[in-house]
Amino acid sequence: MLTNKERMKIARQDMPMQEGHIRVHNFNEVNLGFTEELAKMEALRCLQCPKPTCIEGCPVGIKIDQFIALVAEGKYLEAAAKIKEDNLLPAICGRVCPQEEQCEVKCVVGKKGEPVAIGRLERFVADYEREHVGIRTPELKPKTNKKVAIVGSGPAGLSCAGDLIQMGHDVTVFEALHNLGGVLIYGIPEFRLPKEIVKAEIESLKKLGVDFQVNSIIGLTDTVDELLKNGYDAVFIAVGAGLPYFLNIPGENLNGVYSSNEFLTRVNLMKAYKFPDFDTPVFNCKDKRIAVFGGGNTAMDAVRTSKRLGAKNAYIIYRRSDAEMPARKEEIHHAKEEGIEFIYLSNPLEFIGTEDGWLKAVKLQKMELGEPDASGRRRPVPIQGSEYELEIDMAVIAIGNGSNPIIQKTTPELQFNKWGNILVDNETMKTSKEGVFAGGDIVTGGATVILAMGAGRKAAAAINSYLMTKN
Amino acid sequence: MPKIISAKFIAPNVKQFEILSPKIAQRRKPGQFVIIRIDDSGERVPLTIADSNTDTGTITIIAQGVGKTTLELNALEAGDNILDVVGPLGKPSEIENFGTAVSIGGGVGTAIAYPTAVALKEAGNHTISIIGGRSKDFVILEDEMRKVCDEVYVTTDDGSYGKKGFVTDQLNELIAQRKIDFVLAIGPIPMMKAVAEVTRDKNIKTVVSLNPIMIDGTGMCGGCRATVDNKTVFVCVDGPEFDAHKVDFKTLDRRNRTYLMDEKISREKYQCESEKRFHQN
Repeated sequence: MLTNKERMKIARQDMPMQEGHIRVHNFNEVNLGFTEELAKMEALRCLQCPKPTCIEGCPVGIKIDQFIALVAEGKYLEAAAKIKEDNLLPAICGRVCPQEEQCEVKCVVGKKGEPVAIGRLERFVADYEREHVGIRTPELKPKTNKKVAIVGSGPAGLSCAGDLIQMGHDVTVFEALHNLGGVLIYGIPEFRLPKEIVKAEIESLKKLGVDFQVNSIIGLTDTVDELLKNGYDAVFIAVGAGLPYFLNIPGENLNGVYSSNEFLTRVNLMKAYKFPDFDTPVFNCKDKRIAVFGGGNTAMDAVRTSKRLGAKNAYIIYRRSDAEMPARKEEIHHAKEEGIEFIYLSNPLEFIGTEDGWLKAVKLQKMELGEPDASGRRRPVPIQGSEYELEIDMAVIAIGNGSNPIIQKTTPELQFNKWGNILVDNETMKTSKEGVFAGGDIVTGGATVILAMGAGRKAAAAINSYLMTKN
Repeated sequence: MPKIISAKFIAPNVKQFEILSPKIAQRRKPGQFVIIRIDDSGERVPLTIADSNTDTGTITIIAQGVGKTTLELNALEAGDNILDVVGPLGKPSEIENFGTAVSIGGGVGTAIAYPTAVALKEAGNHTISIIGGRSKDFVILEDEMRKVCDEVYVTTDDGSYGKKGFVTDQLNELIAQRKIDFVLAIGPIPMMKAVAEVTRDKNIKTVVSLNPIMIDGTGMCGGCRATVDNKTVFVCVDGPEFDAHKVDFKTLDRRNRTYLMDEKISREKYQCESEKRFHQN
């Protein structure tokens, strides 16, 4: 056994990855994952704290210390089973969770040096299982004969479905698009989260008995009321935040201006990067100048996608400074390695078009940072007379999403706030309508995959106790 | 996978399908549309629901083969399946008893105007239909329109059938004769724009159905945004029908041309492959 001192001496293991100059020419995954040796070595860094603070940072409460101990012993399959007691989608979470703000930020090892790479270990364990024996599914509790409808197959819906099916309920997930996964499939690019992995983890839910219905828009194809009338004992609304914000500046409807949702959906869901083998086209970025407005993970996804589509210049244009950027540090770092150019403290005022209506430039205004605003970040203040033009061929607006209105318009008894988010009891995830629960971005506004998964799990527990005490 | 129950050409390159989709058939209202996808590498294409039958559980769509997907669709026959059909999407037409209502369909636009004409008649309007086509072969749904409308007028650009001229000529004639309270115009953008110009000064309420490029059809992507009354709207959830006098047709037309080059590549590749298949068989 290693002493804690010896453990602390082991350096955090780097994860192998495709080099920047190579990966900008393909859509393959950037990170290649730990080898067994790297994983074991990294697992040895865990101090096995008697009170593991890392778990407090995990929205789904994975037994982090226990699964890492199993990795250190080389019991990878047991480690996978341990993770899956709390999270049925570990290959996804290991890739897209912001661990540095959640479990890893609470890691005791991190107080003196770098924290244990919990996310990389989670990913390793999930990949090891899938690649060696296939995803194994846990035991189900006896059938309760209760039926739950889940609206939306994104992270909140999937995690809720995984828990409810294990509890013995019948679960149907309704998805508006033709493929399952929500933002995991249309939003997050292949190079960050391969779609085959999303598919495999969803397949494991199917194996457990979850019924999935694609092309079903609740509110249009069916309504929440009809679901309740037609035999569902509870409904969980997890439709996400699916209505893109625009900048509301002149020229925004010029050809070549996209929302990040449209740009990413064309490339990820519709596979426009394989055009014309796939039918859906996207702006031809080859040798063009592309500007993405925003500083979040979606902005990074969009700008890195444009680079892979051949952009000559790919800019991030952000109105605050790098310190305020909400994107994960890793994503910003990867973007810089790939040659993305960052223009800070600049705010777009107007898109300028050619005579035939194609985008040719953006008028920007320089900003400086003032007092902190409600978000705690320093507010950007325009510098008068600092306007300048930047020539660009395509623009992507990645400044967040509002709430999709379809459920609101078709479910009169549900209560919403002024931004169209569903109002729920924070403990029980209950909405104002009997038997209807909600969680994820439709409640919180745009957030992260893992927060939505946490909400899905919380809702599953609440729905379970509702179903078991009803009647 | 929804099955095609019947399929027939009703004009050159224009095919009418009945597709088994009981839920959509039951729920759909005039003015709404579906999005279809033919195969796994296919694109999502919006098509207006022309009609439905709740007894057979079918919806009717009418497609003009212009791009790769519509050509591919029009090669399908009864018994074939369509991979994805989702809907009903969009807001239904706002129907009331306006008095005298004129429903104008240009080319395949008549397929879209038809369900709303039916609803206008059911709401008690004196319903007039103007069907326009390039020539006789392109005049569609005349019999159907005659069954539901009080008056039907046909115009063709070349005079090979009905009156020679444009639908706007016929509309002007009607307006000169009597009071028109409502106009619905659906067809190519230049036609809808021309109708809007005819009725603008006369303050006749005029509605058009817009056909922008769409992906999801639920408001998620914002690709279908159009400028109406100087504001940005999402046609898929705010429309597809809008006040014709407030629509910026120029922007709509321009945005619809975004992928002209790609569409050409896609169509040529498809036609080339179809030809190869044909010669192999």
